[in-house]
Amino acid sequence: MELVLSAAIGVLTASGVWLILRPRTFQVIIGLTLISYAVNLFIFSTGGLRVGSDPVLKSGVDLERYADPLPQALVLTAIVISFATTALFLVVLLASRGLTGVDHVDGEDGTP
Amino acid sequence: MPHDALLIAIVGIPFLASLAALFIRANARNLAAWLATGAALASLALSIALYPGVVDGGVVRLVIPWVPSLGLDLTLRVDGFAWLFLVLISGIGALVGIYARYYMSPDDPVPRFFAFLLAFMGSMLGIVMAGNVIQMVFFWELTSLFSFLLIGYWHHGAAARDGARMALIVTSAGGLCLLAGVLVIGQIVGSFDLDVILASGEIIRDHPLYRPALILVLLGAFTKSAQFPFHFWLPHAMSAPTPVSAYLHSATMVKAGVFLLVRFWPVLSGTPEWFWLVGTAGLVTLVLGAYFAMFQQDLKGVLAYSTISHLGLITLLLGMGSPLACVAAIFHIVNHATFKASLFMAAGAIDHEAGTRDLRRLGGLRRFMPVTAVLAIIASAAMAGVPLLNGFLSKEMFFEEALAARWGTAFDLVPTLAAVAASAFGVTYALRLVVGVFFGPVPETMPRQPHEPPRWMLAPIAFLVAACLLVGMFPAVVIGPSLQAASISVLGGQTPSYSLAVWHGFTPALLMSFVTLIAGTLLYRTRREWLAQQDWPFLARGISGKAIFEQVLGFLAKTAPRRLESRFPGRKLQPQILLIILAAMVAAGLAVGSAPAAFEPLRWSSIDPAFAMLWLLGGACAAGAAILAKFHRLAALILTGGAGLVSCISFVWLSAPDLAATQLLVEVVTTILILLGLRWLPRRLPAQTQGQERLARFRRRRDVIIALAAGLGLATLAYGVMMHPVEDSISRFFLERAYSEGGGRNVVNVLLVDFRAFDTLGEITVLAIVALTVFALLRRFRPSVESVGLPSQQRYQNAIDERLPERSTGHTLTSYMMIPGLIIQLMFPVILLFGLHLFLRGHDLPGGGFAAGITISVGLILLYMAGGARWVESRLRVAPVRWIGLGLLTALATGMGSLLFGYPFLTAYFQYLDLPVFGRIPLATAVLFDLGVLMLVVGATTLILIALAHQSLRRPRVLTPSAPPANPPGDH
Repeated sequence: MELVLSAAIGVLTASGVWLILRPRTFQVIIGLTLISYAVNLFIFSTGGLRVGSDPVLKSGVDLERYADPLPQALVLTAIVISFATTALFLVVLLASRGLTGVDHVDGEDGTP
Repeated sequence: MPHDALLIAIVGIPFLASLAALFIRANARNLAAWLATGAALASLALSIALYPGVVDGGVVRLVIPWVPSLGLDLTLRVDGFAWLFLVLISGIGALVGIYARYYMSPDDPVPRFFAFLLAFMGSMLGIVMAGNVIQMVFFWELTSLFSFLLIGYWHHGAAARDGARMALIVTSAGGLCLLAGVLVIGQIVGSFDLDVILASGEIIRDHPLYRPALILVLLGAFTKSAQFPFHFWLPHAMSAPTPVSAYLHSATMVKAGVFLLVRFWPVLSGTPEWFWLVGTAGLVTLVLGAYFAMFQQDLKGVLAYSTISHLGLITLLLGMGSPLACVAAIFHIVNHATFKASLFMAAGAIDHEAGTRDLRRLGGLRRFMPVTAVLAIIASAAMAGVPLLNGFLSKEMFFEEALAARWGTAFDLVPTLAAVAASAFGVTYALRLVVGVFFGPVPETMPRQPHEPPRWMLAPIAFLVAACLLVGMFPAVVIGPSLQAASISVLGGQTPSYSLAVWHGFTPALLMSFVTLIAGTLLYRTRREWLAQQDWPFLARGISGKAIFEQVLGFLAKTAPRRLESRFPGRKLQPQILLIILAAMVAAGLAVGSAPAAFEPLRWSSIDPAFAMLWLLGGACAAGAAILAKFHRLAALILTGGAGLVSCISFVWLSAPDLAATQLLVEVVTTILILLGLRWLPRRLPAQTQGQERLARFRRRRDVIIALAAGLGLATLAYGVMMHPVEDSISRFFLERAYSEGGGRNVVNVLLVDFRAFDTLGEITVLAIVALTVFALLRRFRPSVESVGLPSQQRYQNAIDERLPERSTGHTLTSYMMIPGLIIQLMFPVILLFGLHLFLRGHDLPGGGFAAGITISVGLILLYMAGGARWVESRLRVAPVRWIGLGLLTALATGMGSLLFGYPFLTAYFQYLDLPVFGRIPLATAVLFDLGVLMLVVGATTLILIALAHQSLRRPRVLTPSAPPANPPGDH
């Protein structure tokens, strides 16, 4: 379980990092999305992985048996914020494309 | 205690009146002036009522705890010295209020002026009443800010803007130094409370950090009080309206610096460092200010440099370090405030009536303005130190102190010489002012025929001049008791005995007074013509504080950043991102390397084959997206969505249904969002030259290595973290209390809307700001030329429609969207209901405001996709900005609600309620907060998506403004 998830985090990160180093704005936005998946999974995993635990409180269940709620709450916030940054970045991308005529991150073409 | 209310009222009234002034109509001059004067008089009356509490070293205190653990309290504290300042600030403030009513032109937006003036007065009162040094710095910076607004009041003039900016930069930079200084002092003493600090003089002076603290505090005081070499901002602040100059440069602003020096005198003085730093600055400022004042041709310029010189005098007195000199300094602060305020007001009246302030174009005014002339002459005489006026008394005390200076070195004579020289110069510029303006022939160049200013413009001047005369003739009766109270509060047991008499017999100081009067008169008589010809002070030609300031500023704000930028890391984004990634990797490596043996025995975790298969798919999606993102954007977007879905499934697998729901919904919205944006991106074709191709290949290889390293590193880190058992996290706290204290079974939701509601409030605020920013950016959006035309699909469809006779343009689109459109229309209420369901169950079961909000906005967006923007908007009133506002207000109001019951902000309350049908349900105020979250999320998401979708509607208008825009459904 843990091995698979950490490998997954690794693959997502590698793809994302490769993309945000690319010169095209669309590549950067996809890269940021992938990195945010990786980071969300990473934060989530800090609470330990639980399969089949109860997510909501029930009477008579030992506290040790619940999934860790804190990383979940943090990730929930992170998901919404990453949506906001994606939206903002997309619009900045579009504005830059409209102003400069190209979709290069520096607003000028000619570099690979 | 009635004193508590008094203290709050004194500092609160000006701020409240300032707010009220903002609501006054722009031409209601009388109302605004009455408000300002009334507020100042109210503060004055309340201050006077405090007097019995501050005589004989009494202190009136009010402490309102704020963050007691950090030593941050709102402490209002008035002792004799602060009381003297309260009376000066509010008294002269009231006079300036009356004067400004008649000075300001009907064209000026006067309420704004009075609002700034009142806020400035409040900040000044805040400084002197501060019983906590951090609070003092806070008000200190407020005075910098409001003086900036006041000096730049006539903001259409470049001189006013420059002067205001210079004053702001110099004084607020000094304020930052002061903040650092009081932090150091607080560190030494262990408290920010002024009374504690005042009682710890010896500890501070013996501490190794004494010198840094002293220098920082002095930088604050010297910049504010325009001491050399920071004096240059003050003359440029003369572009302010004259009432502002009369206020800022007499009783307030520049006096804040010397106030600070006196306040900290018992703590910081008495050391060689204090003596040399403060004494030298004061001495140089005293002489230079008076010297420069002689060469000014502008009436207000003379007064500005004279102010600098008198501030230097006060600083020099404080630097001398003897208790008697300190008393003299306090006395001179009061005297200077009265005569300088009246002189500025008189200068304003002259400017107002004669139309110029140029000494060379003025003359013979006593024939037209006899009352003004008499008042200005008396005030100038007080400034020059003529006997029977208040300026004479404090100047005589200064002479005595200068003569008493004995350190057994050659420096002994320096203060005496400086005092004589500066005072003689003072007599000269006072004579230039009086004789030049009021006597002699009337120059032909005078712009207009002056006459006496309105009675109420003269009244404040007359009042101040009367004060000069009364203090000058009966000092012991008029000022004696309050000066004594002020001195005792500063000096305590060290308070010397001094005599406030006009006549002390034939003393050396009296002799010095006469010497300076005669020398100054002689200088004026012999050099009168020569002084009138100078454009620049003799011997200081070409040296301009302003020019040096601007050079330094230019270097710091322009040259240095450019130089830095050209070398490191450049303007290009990619190298910067590369640098950030490498730095993050190095930092993570160092952190792991220094961790105390986190990986003891390397264990292999179990591998669930199904989960592994899932992530094989997810990993392939991610890698595919990375490869395809350049040439196949849609495919890359779909693959990204695939990776997102896989992580969503993982959340379900790993007992996090809340995350899964939210992730899924956000996934949908993000995909729609990027789809909407795809339309505006350029077509990408592989076209590169040979050289570029080689460079690109190198970069790709390098980046693959970096990406693999980053991925491997994070994977290792994640594995280490997951295999490291969590010992004792704070999660247990939340699990134990979620139901008993938060009233909810879904711990994640209770965490979001109750335990960590403040976080959530910040988060939804960010979301609102982003949505509004997106909206604002898109309002000015101009698509590039090549993507303005219709997309190829639409052109193709339209071509078919036009070719066939039975179809019209847009027919194909409408017909193929018909079935999905119908389904979506039917499903819309169901989606809304589902959103509501998610919201209502959120506290006990997976769901909540975020998920519900996104669900509802997805419903709306589906409607847009099915029917087109115009179709939806003609049937449904979508006002996302209102939803954002309403949501934020609801969340805030819920948070504030707990304040009413005496609990901290955002404390949730819950109660079980028995309802007939639903049974026993918990009702928590956190649900209201969650409702705010829901509304805001609906508003923000919809606003972002709609704003982007509308871009394609704007296009036809740009192309064919006359033709009615087509209504292509699903044209995004």
